[in-house]
Amino acid sequence: MAIPKVCGIETEYGIQAAGPDGNPVTASSILVNAYAAEVERRTRWDFEDESPDKDARGYAREGAMPPMVETHLANTVLTNGARYYVDHAHPEYSTPECFDALELVCHDKAGEEVIRRSMVAAAALPTAPVVVAYKNNSDGKGNSYGCHENYLMDRTVPFANVVSGVIPHFVTRQVFTGAGKVGHETTAFGSEPPNFQISQRAEFFEEMVGLETTLKRPIVNTRDEPHADPKRFRRLHVIVGDANLAEVATFLKVGTTALVLAMIEDDMLPAKELTLSDPVRAMHQVSDDLGLSRPLRMADGSTMSALEIQWEIFAAGRRYAKERGLEVVGGDSVGDMVLDRWEAVLQGLEDDPERLADQLDWVAKRRLLEGYRDRHGCRWDDQRLAALDLQYHDLRPERSLFARLPMERLVDDAAVRAAVEAPPRRTRAWFRGRCLARWPDAVVTANWDSLVFDLGTDPLRRVPMMDPLKGTADHTDALLEECANPTELLDRLNS
Amino acid sequence: MAEREQKRRTAPSRTETEVVDEPSPSSPRGEKLKADLDDLLDEIDEVLEDNAEEFVRNYVQKGGQ
Repeated sequence: MAIPKVCGIETEYGIQAAGPDGNPVTASSILVNAYAAEVERRTRWDFEDESPDKDARGYAREGAMPPMVETHLANTVLTNGARYYVDHAHPEYSTPECFDALELVCHDKAGEEVIRRSMVAAAALPTAPVVVAYKNNSDGKGNSYGCHENYLMDRTVPFANVVSGVIPHFVTRQVFTGAGKVGHETTAFGSEPPNFQISQRAEFFEEMVGLETTLKRPIVNTRDEPHADPKRFRRLHVIVGDANLAEVATFLKVGTTALVLAMIEDDMLPAKELTLSDPVRAMHQVSDDLGLSRPLRMADGSTMSALEIQWEIFAAGRRYAKERGLEVVGGDSVGDMVLDRWEAVLQGLEDDPERLADQLDWVAKRRLLEGYRDRHGCRWDDQRLAALDLQYHDLRPERSLFARLPMERLVDDAAVRAAVEAPPRRTRAWFRGRCLARWPDAVVTANWDSLVFDLGTDPLRRVPMMDPLKGTADHTDALLEECANPTELLDRLNS
Repeated sequence: MAEREQKRRTAPSRTETEVVDEPSPSSPRGEKLKADLDDLLDEIDEVLEDNAEEFVRNYVQKGGQ
């Protein structure tokens, strides 16, 4: 049965330090540490329960390195429940667990704000180089870094159903999640590579299903690390997405995927009819289909375009809403908003994508590049276009091209600023964040599914949080209010 | 060939979709979008990194997840 789609986004930001030999690991650490020193007390992340090499298909890889090796440089947990750290030579921001897609848009934007404040804090350091962060997914030279989504799922749903259900959506949702990219950087397109493609990330996918995230990337990642009670929950780790700056794109990316997963849990997605004959190839074909009409070969021998597949999934979503309601994707208000926007965007893409230039990243970027090309008469291989592409994603307000475009907002600046400090109210992130805000000295480690307190007496006390839907403001506010100190809190929790 | 046949799209009740503000170039919103883009293109050279070629060449990242 479908369960609430608690969700989050982890973004690895591109990073540049002044000077040709700027070390990205150092630069990333400077950002995280500068922010931590400025506004947060550092709380060491607890790696005890991390096992990124456990596989959803039921086996673990031998000899995997613990993540500590790479991330010891900088690692913080924030009062909004987020984790901000250095991973794979990039600064990475993991939003707190959010209750629905709209809340996640707000926290994803709060992550950008944290990075901006980090750049300002780093610039004030006397010896640090200028460090600039980019919210994109590749350097144009074959190196890609991810923007991963995570969704809570019912453990009892067979993983094979998840795989067959999500693939048609993951291959075709690019039409609104794509962040756009000049050129190509892999051999995915053979002898006729695109000048401009819809997705930053699509061409890096080489497998259908697998455990890897850094090479031979699979459309469905099997990392089985629920960060919750493993008997009840699965965390689907989604690695196919582009990092979006456009709020409508992030909203649809998360909202439609949450709905698709709910349909899979309730067995209401017509997955069989939407099975692609070669999903990896289709992934590349969709990214290279600016006309949005290319026929993709289906397993049954017919063909469908990405938009046609999206219309089918959307229709299933409407049916699902009618028969089962939208309780698990944020209730009627957010759920209906997802469906209505999904429909309007598919219609816009069908009629005239230009209409969506203020809503989708790839359309906005292409329009900007075409405008520049018209003025300067430059060819697609002109390096100024590649520079514009990168600068679209620059997070500095004075350099960001995205920030200069009249993009539609779904959340306002005040809400984003609030989300930099305060956790989501309807997940366990609330308890984590509030405890960190109130008793920063007593919380010695924080993890997704536990907090460890040092009360000044042996031993350290661990508070497990194995259910992402417990520890909400409703559950814990009265308790937190009544406790004058963490010792009282732990006593009350134990009684 | 049957396999080349396009499946019929079954978009549900899309006739109900109201296009309230079609921002084609002739509509106010379309004109606004175009004017905004023109403004941005006017000032873009001031914002653009000085040496595009060098900037692009130096933007090298370590692969991540």
